[in-house]
Amino acid sequence: MSRYFRNVWDGFFTVLIGMKITWAHLFTRAVTRQYPTVKAKLPERARNRLYVNMDDCIGCDQCAMACPVDCITIETVKSTPDVDLGLTSVGTKKRLYVTRFDIDIAKCCYCALCVYPCPTECINMTDVYEFSEYERQNLVYKFAIMTPAEIDAAKSRLAAYDKEQAAKKAAAAAAAAAAKAAAPPAPQTPATGPAPAPAPAAKTAAPATAPQGSTAPAGSPAPAPKPPATDTPSAGPQQENKP
Amino acid sequence: MKTFLLELLNNEVLVYTLMAIMPLIWVIPFALFAVWWERKISAHMQDRLGPMYTGGWHGWSQTIADIAKLIQKEDIIPTAADKKLFMLAPYVVFTGSYAAYAAIPFAASYVGSEINIGLFYIISISSLVVVGLLMAGWASNNKWSLFGALRSAAQIVSYEVPVALSLLAVVMVVGTFDLQEINHLQTGPVWNWLVFQKFPLLLFACLIYIVASLAEVNRTPFDLPEAESELVGGYHTEYGGMRFALLFLSEYANMFAVSAIAVSLFFGGWNSPFGDFLSGHWLLDLFWFLSKGMALIFVQMWLRWTLPRLRVDQLMYVGWKVLVPFSFAIILGIGVWVLAAGQ
Repeated sequence: MSRYFRNVWDGFFTVLIGMKITWAHLFTRAVTRQYPTVKAKLPERARNRLYVNMDDCIGCDQCAMACPVDCITIETVKSTPDVDLGLTSVGTKKRLYVTRFDIDIAKCCYCALCVYPCPTECINMTDVYEFSEYERQNLVYKFAIMTPAEIDAAKSRLAAYDKEQAAKKAAAAAAAAAAKAAAPPAPQTPATGPAPAPAPAAKTAAPATAPQGSTAPAGSPAPAPKPPATDTPSAGPQQENKP
Repeated sequence: MKTFLLELLNNEVLVYTLMAIMPLIWVIPFALFAVWWERKISAHMQDRLGPMYTGGWHGWSQTIADIAKLIQKEDIIPTAADKKLFMLAPYVVFTGSYAAYAAIPFAASYVGSEINIGLFYIISISSLVVVGLLMAGWASNNKWSLFGALRSAAQIVSYEVPVALSLLAVVMVVGTFDLQEINHLQTGPVWNWLVFQKFPLLLFACLIYIVASLAEVNRTPFDLPEAESELVGGYHTEYGGMRFALLFLSEYANMFAVSAIAVSLFFGGWNSPFGDFLSGHWLLDLFWFLSKGMALIFVQMWLRWTLPRLRVDQLMYVGWKVLVPFSFAIILGIGVWVLAAGQ
C-alpha cells in the first residue's frame, strides 16, 4: 500500500522535475543557425568545390593521373619556341597551351588527391559547397580559358613548326645521307647499301610537300592545313588520358 | 446576448444560426495560432527555433500557409475504404468537439446556450468524438487506423470516468450544473476560485481533471491513438487535405474546450483574478477567460514536450488504479465535508 502511494507520488513528482527541465530549456539560447542567411564558418582545410587557377596551370596532367575517379580531363598543345607563355607564380616556365581542363564535379569524391601533386599549387579545394544544378551536365566545370580560335591558331602554329622541323630534319638527314653517300660509300657493304637507300628516298618525298605546307600558313593562317599526320603526334599522348 | 440579438434582428432562425457560428470566430483563429504556438514552444524547449520565415516575424503565418496548402490538396479516398463513413467521420469528430462550445461561458453576458445542465451536457456531448474517431479508424480499412481508433475508444471511455468524477466533486461543492452560475460563485479575488475551496480536495480534483482531460483529447503523454512512431498517424493515417485539416482543427478545438471547462470550474472562469479590478466589461471578461484558457493550453503543450508516451497497460493503470480511486476518495472527502460543515 505504501509502495502504491510512493509510486503515485514519484510519478507526480518526476513529471514536475521534467517540466522544470523543459521550462529551463524554453529560455536557453537556440542552437539553430538560420542556414541560408547565416552560414557556419568552415574549418580552414575544409574540402569542397575544386578550383583551378589557370594562370598557374602548366598542363602537366599530374592531377588527372592522381584522381581516383578520373573526373579531371586535360588536353594540351605544345607551344612553339618562338612564343613565351610566361611563368607561373612559383616561377615554373609554361610550355604547354592548356586547351581543355574539365572537372566533372559530380564524379569528384573530394579526396584532394589532385591537390598534392600539383607542382604549381594551382588546383585546390575551396570552401564553396552550394553548387547544386538541375542539369548534371552543368556540373562539368570547364576551366580552360582559351577560345576555340586561339586553340586552332596554337594547333596550326604547332603543325607548321612541326613540319618545318621535320623538313629541317629531313634536309639534314638528306644532307647527311648525301654526304655519307658521297664520301664514304666504300666501307659500306653492298648488303647494307640498299637498306639506307629507301629511307632517304622516303624522306626526300616529305620535303617535297613540306615547303608548300610551310609557306601556306605564312600567307593565310586560317585555312591552315591540319594534316592528321602532324596533329596526332602532339595530341597523341594526351589522348590516353581521356576517360 | 441572445436577447440583444433577438431585439436587433427580430428573427429567431437567424439569431440561432449566428449564435451557433459565433464560437468559430474564436476556434478557427485559435487553432491556426495554437498550431504555430505549439511548434514554437516545442522548438524552444528543444533549443531550436521552429518556423522562422513564413510571414516575416518568427514565421507567424506558417499555419495559414499550411492550411492554404491543405485546402488545395486533392481529396483522396482509399479504394478499400468505406466511403460514406470515411467522408462523414471528420465532421462527426468536429461536431462532437464544437458542440461543447454551446455551453461554455465566454463572458458574463455571453454563453451559447443558457441551459442549467451545461456541465452535464458538455460531458455527454464530447463523447460523440469517440464515435467519430472509431468511424474514421474503421472506415479507413487500414490496420494502423483501426488500432488507433480502438486505443482511442478504450482510452476515452476509461478516462471519462475520472473526468466526470472530478467534475462531480466540484458540483458537490457548488450544487449546480450551470456553468454560468458556477462562474458567478467565483467572483472576487483569487482565493475565491474553486481550486482553492475545500483545500486541498478541489486542488487534487483539478489535477486529476487536467491529467484525465489530456487523455480525453489524445494529447501526449496519452497520445496513443495517434502514436506517430508506432501507428503512423493512428486514426487519421488515411486522411489528407481538408478532411485531415478538420480532424486537426477538432483536436485543437477539443484542447481549448477542456481547458475552458477547467477554467470555468476551477480558475474563476471569466472573473478577474483581482476582484473588482479590471472586470465588469464583457471585453475584460473575454480577455480573462481566453487568457486563462491559453495558459492551460500552454500547460498542455508544456506537458506534451516534456513527457514520453505511455504504454497501453500503463495508460490503463493510471486511469483505473490511480485516477479513479483518488477521485472517489476526493468525492468521499467532499461529501463528508459538505455534510459536516455545509457548502
